[in-house]
Amino acid sequence: MEKIFNQLCEGFFSELENDESLTLSFAGENSQFIRINNASIRQTGLVDDANLGLKFISNNRTCEGSITVSGDYDIDLSRGKNEIIRMRSESKEILEDPFLVMPKNSGSSREIINANGLEFDRAVEALLPSMQGVDLVGIFANGKMFRGNANSLGQKHWFETESHCLDYSLVTPERQMVKGTYAGTDWDQQSYESYIKRSIEKLELMKRKPMRIETGAYRTWFEAKAVADFIDMFSWNGISEASLQQGCSGFGKMRHNDVRLSAKFSISEDFSSGLVPKFNSNGETGPDSLPIISNGILQNTLVSSRTSAEYGVSTNYAEDTEELRSPSMTPGDLNQEKVLSQLDKGLFLSNVHYLNWSDNPGGRITGLTRYACFWVEGGEIVAPIETMRFDDTFYRFFGTELESVGSKVEVIPDVLTYGQRNLGVVSCPGILTNEFQLTL
Amino acid sequence: MEQIDLKNLLSAVDVPADWVGIREVSETHTPRIVRDGVPQMNASYTTQGLMIEVLSNGQFGYYGTPNMTNEGVSNAAQKAFTQAQLASKHAAFEFSEDARPANVGNYQSPFVKKKDSLSPGELNKILLDAYNHLKVSDKIVSARALLQTIQTMFRFVSSNGSDISQEFLMLEFDLSATAADGANQQTRTFGGMRGNCLQMGMEYFDKLELFAQSQKIGEQAIELLDADECPKGEMDLVIASDQMMLQIHESVGHALEVDRILGDERNYAGWSFVNLDDFGKLQYGSELMNITFDPTLSSEFASYAFDDGGLEATKEYLIKDGVLKRGLGGKESQIRSGVSGVANFRASSWNRAPIDRMANINLEPGESSFDDIISSVENGVYMESNRSWSIDDYRNKFQFGCEYAKLIENGKLTKTLKNPNYRGISNPFWNSLKMIGNNDTFSIYGTPNCGKGEPNQVIRVGHASPVCLFENIQVFGGA
Repeated sequence: MEKIFNQLCEGFFSELENDESLTLSFAGENSQFIRINNASIRQTGLVDDANLGLKFISNNRTCEGSITVSGDYDIDLSRGKNEIIRMRSESKEILEDPFLVMPKNSGSSREIINANGLEFDRAVEALLPSMQGVDLVGIFANGKMFRGNANSLGQKHWFETESHCLDYSLVTPERQMVKGTYAGTDWDQQSYESYIKRSIEKLELMKRKPMRIETGAYRTWFEAKAVADFIDMFSWNGISEASLQQGCSGFGKMRHNDVRLSAKFSISEDFSSGLVPKFNSNGETGPDSLPIISNGILQNTLVSSRTSAEYGVSTNYAEDTEELRSPSMTPGDLNQEKVLSQLDKGLFLSNVHYLNWSDNPGGRITGLTRYACFWVEGGEIVAPIETMRFDDTFYRFFGTELESVGSKVEVIPDVLTYGQRNLGVVSCPGILTNEFQLTL
Repeated sequence: MEQIDLKNLLSAVDVPADWVGIREVSETHTPRIVRDGVPQMNASYTTQGLMIEVLSNGQFGYYGTPNMTNEGVSNAAQKAFTQAQLASKHAAFEFSEDARPANVGNYQSPFVKKKDSLSPGELNKILLDAYNHLKVSDKIVSARALLQTIQTMFRFVSSNGSDISQEFLMLEFDLSATAADGANQQTRTFGGMRGNCLQMGMEYFDKLELFAQSQKIGEQAIELLDADECPKGEMDLVIASDQMMLQIHESVGHALEVDRILGDERNYAGWSFVNLDDFGKLQYGSELMNITFDPTLSSEFASYAFDDGGLEATKEYLIKDGVLKRGLGGKESQIRSGVSGVANFRASSWNRAPIDRMANINLEPGESSFDDIISSVENGVYMESNRSWSIDDYRNKFQFGCEYAKLIENGKLTKTLKNPNYRGISNPFWNSLKMIGNNDTFSIYGTPNCGKGEPNQVIRVGHASPVCLFENIQVFGGA
């Protein structure tokens, strides 16, 4: 893929005329997908895909395009040339862009993570035997992923990795579920089989009769995966500087009214794990670590170069969408073994589901409990709970009601595959809150 | 785009499979956005490739590839065949060729003016003019006009004789104005969450009262800043068509997808409160409720003649007089479940395998005028335009928020309300449907962003609905 990308860069850049600039952004994969229902294979197949985005600037106008890379150089060169001709023509008639982000050459990079992955033709026999006898449903995604970026000033970045991820649920006959995600780079059959075995053991707890919980406020422990889902909400009308400037951010109270979260809550954008490319789709590379909220105080928003040009705020080279790409929450001092005793009486929520802002300016988020969520009394798990809806603000559960932060950080991979397999991760611990509002 | 001969490619496949199909998708979507008087995006994104599917030992295997040469397809078919064979030892179901019915035909979106009948410069001017009318005051801190055209070419050939060609021209148009006073922020849009999605050409702009519509959206955003909070309590709720579309989508459409009921989606989108033995029996809603799968409604976003498995698409009642009749299941799901279904086996693009999806799922109009509905309410709220949505994995407990509401007092619309929300449980909610609007209240909307499936797929769906009245619903306001 890298060779194809390099050849196309050369071919496309040679088509440019004076005062034209071009940035190319590449995303590709050679993937295997095995979809599983009831520990049997529902759908299976392979996907080769490669997309090349073009950002063209001329005559103080910005035009964007993209092509599918077929792998045949002549076809792909022709597709790219046609796009450049289209954008050149369009740049003569669309509105002028006063906030152009011109490409720069700030240095190149190349990172290739080689792995001893699971061969596609071995995957079925490696995966299926361990899950027999239980109702397992989910998706196995496997193979290489590629990201590239280059511009007409000579800057070039390449990132290549290989990974596998089995994202699954185990289901009891009473329809109670346990969630699991086995992900990594090198395939280790013994490690995989142990992971599945531990999941099956967890399922035992779910065989107890589920309890119906009344609506109201409860002490609640959120496992790291649930916390990660709340942190994901920061990337949607949250931490984006453009969202704040445009009046559609849940962080408005922090910016305008000096409202603070708990001093125990700190989060940063941190690329030190190396699991995510440091460069964005414009080829810009930000700091290795950027504090977002430190001890409850808003330190930095995510600022793209375009937002910087528009609102006069310094850029930190965020992606154009100003989403968190590799957030990392600081751990606290609550030992995982003491979580149940510290909670004493209340809710133990392993996962949450279908989050949405119910009042974005107020920071209020609604959603539902899902998977391995329990009622706890006397520091012991009593039973799983029936699905409940919650509706509460992050100013409470990351703020006034935050009692403790867990000491163990989990690295949670982004398992989404819309259009292509994602590369993001969230690193965070669990949290204990004094109160959390259940509403339905 | 390059022209390829799919039948020639099919003939190049040399694997001992029981069935082979090739689906070609080429799609160009062209988003243009003007925000705050400045162009934010002028783009044209194209994707093109092939999905080769083979059936061996009762198991389908697939290979999605952008390589559209004879050699590329031959290689893809071989690898898909190997995947099918390896998986067949652990297959969830043993399929035959019956899962891919043979059909020949074509479809073309209805349109009068071609996509290119307005130049990029003219489209930028329309969007800029719209922005200028959205910005009715300095309290509008941000305003945006968005237009996206989508042109899709779909072809499908198979070893059992299918030869289908479908071409689509679609259009999405949205207007948005945000008014703010410090942390007090209110956004008003054109139908909520990009709901104005249609199969149509550039004649769309001939009928649209663009400037009046833009100004109204800007003025209502300002109006909301000083509006009262939506009251809290159990009361009558009148829902406009642009929110009904979301209500239908989340609490009817997804719940009736047969692959969900069969458990395929339990790890991601979820399950359903509907069971296979509910079909033909379950009183899903009041007797006023008639829900159709209608791929034939002209200009609706997800109209088509055949699904991606080759099944011919026809209008069918899913719910008739409140009783559940038929599921949203394509041929594979119909075979697996034994439940009657529809032609809804759809993929988001060439790089994904088809699954059960919504297409056009509509609530058929009733008899009541808008005035009849409002005048029947003593104490209630009227809500427009979705801004928040969430529902559990069984499609039971939902909570939806809207942009704009009016208090209803003694049969009349009175004060404007901000931050309107409501919540309920799907089955009792639909059984509380008390009045249903007539044709004059019936509008067509859609969404480009319906997510489902593993690997994930986002797909376009259409929803048309009249205005409706529900009784005794939990309503509430902001934080």
